[in-house]
Amino acid sequence: MTSQAMSGFWSLWISVITLGVIAFCWWLLYGNRKTDSAQATNGEVETTGHAADGIEEYDNPLPRWWFLMFVITIVFGLSYLALYPGLGNYKGLLNWSSSGQWEDEMAHAEEFYAPIFDQYAQIDVQTLANDPEAMQVANRLYQNNCAVCHGSSARGGYGFPNLTNNSWLYGGDVETIRHTIINGRNGLMPPWVDMLGDEGVDTMSHYVLELSGLEHDAAKAQEAAPMFQAICSSCHGTDGKGSAAMGIDSIGAPDLTANTWLYQQPGESVYDSVSYTLRHGRNGLMPAQARYLDYGVELPANINSLTSQEKAELMPKLHLVTAYIYSLNQGK
Amino acid sequence: MKHEIVEKNVGLMMVLILVVISFGGLAEITPLFFQDNITKPVEGLKPLNALEIEGRDIYVREGCYTCHSQMIRPFRAETERYGNYSVAGEFVYDHPFQWGSKRTGPDLARVGGRYSDDWHYAHLFNPRDVVPESVMPAYSWMNYQVMDGSNTGTKMQRLRVLGVPYTDEDIAGAKDFVNGKTEMDAVVAYLQQLGTVLKDTR
Repeated sequence: MTSQAMSGFWSLWISVITLGVIAFCWWLLYGNRKTDSAQATNGEVETTGHAADGIEEYDNPLPRWWFLMFVITIVFGLSYLALYPGLGNYKGLLNWSSSGQWEDEMAHAEEFYAPIFDQYAQIDVQTLANDPEAMQVANRLYQNNCAVCHGSSARGGYGFPNLTNNSWLYGGDVETIRHTIINGRNGLMPPWVDMLGDEGVDTMSHYVLELSGLEHDAAKAQEAAPMFQAICSSCHGTDGKGSAAMGIDSIGAPDLTANTWLYQQPGESVYDSVSYTLRHGRNGLMPAQARYLDYGVELPANINSLTSQEKAELMPKLHLVTAYIYSLNQGK
Repeated sequence: MKHEIVEKNVGLMMVLILVVISFGGLAEITPLFFQDNITKPVEGLKPLNALEIEGRDIYVREGCYTCHSQMIRPFRAETERYGNYSVAGEFVYDHPFQWGSKRTGPDLARVGGRYSDDWHYAHLFNPRDVVPESVMPAYSWMNYQVMDGSNTGTKMQRLRVLGVPYTDEDIAGAKDFVNGKTEMDAVVAYLQQLGTVLKDTR
C-alpha cells in the first residue's frame, strides 16, 4: 500500500489556500463593515453612491446577529481545522482518521462479542444445536451469509441444495459439514451426450428413473445398465448411491436412488431433468465461506489439518453455522 | 475596488466569480492528482478483459449503479457485511467509476467470487427465483442477446488513451474473445471480478 501522506508542497498548498481564504473572509467582513449606524450624519444614512433606475441603496451596517453568524462560522472553521485533519498532512489535535475510526469500532465490537463467540467455540456442535439462544445467533449468521443461495428456510432451490432433508452430496456428519463450509465445494459432472449419443441419453435416463423407483421403461433401463456400470459407477457407485459416504473426500456425486433431484425445475419431469443433466453436464459450485463468516480472521494454510476444537476456536461463527445446519437435519 | 465597477461589468464579474469558486477546487481536488495512493493501482490490479469491459458497459447501460453502489465505506456495519473497505487504488482503471450513490440493492464492490456463476445466471434471469423478497427487475433477455465484439477493441483503445494499460494483443484479440458470448455472460464475468484484487480481504 502506498503512503497516505502527500508531499510537503501540496500540504503547504492546501494550508495556504485554506487559511488564506478564511483570512480573506475575515478581512472582507471587517474591512467593509460600518460598525456603527451613528456614523450617519443628521439622521441621514449615507447611500452606497450608485443608483439603478433611480433606486438608491442605503449603506447600513450588517445587523449585529447576522454579523455574529459570520464570525461564528469563521471560529467554527478554525476550530475544526485545529481538531481534524484538514490542512494537508497536519493530523489534527484529535488524531482522527476514517480508518482509525473503523479500527476503533472493530476493536470495540471485538471486546463486546469475542467472549460470547469464544464461549460457543468451547461447546460441541450437538449441544449447540439444542441451545435455542445459540441457534438464534446462528440463524442470523445463516441469513446474512447462506440464505442468498440456500434460501431463508434453507430448503434450497433449483441447483442449490436443500439443507433440511438430511440428504447429502458430501455427507452430513459434523466435520464434513464444517469442511464443506470452510472450503466450499465444486460438484462437476461432464456432459455425456458425445459418448452416449441421443439414444443412450434416453435409455440412461430410464435407468436412473429405475434407480429411484420411478415409473420407467424397463427395456430401455435394462439396455443402459451395462453402460452405467462402465462409466457412471466410478462416481455414482455401482449401486448408484453416490459418493456421500466418502464424507469429507466426497466428490459430490448424488445418490440416484434417493429420488432427490437438485436440478429439477418446477413443473419439469424427472426424466427431462435427468436427460438434460446427461446431455449438458452440471457444475455446482459453492464458494469457500471461511473468510466471509469469520471476517478478519487469518486463515492458516493448513486449515484442514487442524483439529475440530482448533477450527471451532479459530472460526467460532463458522462453528455456529455448522451447528445450525446440523440442527436442521435432526430427527430426519 | 469599487462595487460599481464589478456590478456593471458582467464579464469581469464572471471572471471574479470563477476565481472565487476555483479556490475550493484548487485546495480540495488539485492535490489528489499528485497523490500516489490515489493515482497508482493497488498491487495486482489488472484492467478488465474484453468480456468484462462489455459487461461493465451493460452494467452502465442498464443503470445498475442507480441501485447498487461499489464503494464500501470504513464503517463496521459495512465491512462486516461486504468485506474490507474500498481504497482508491482499486478504481484507477475505471472510466467511469461505478461507485454509485444509492443502495436499493446491496453494495457490489466485493461481490466477485462470493456466489457461483450459476447463482448469478439464475439471479439475473429472475431474481425472485433465488431471493423471493427481491425487488430487482429481471434481466432475462440478456441471456438471448449474443454479442459480436465488433466494438470491443475500439473501446479498449479509447480506455488505453485514458491510461488503462491494454496491450496490442489484448485489443487485437478482443473481438474473438467476445464474439458469440451473450450479454449475460459478460455481466456475470464483470461481476465475478469485482473487488477480488485485495487478496487478504473478502
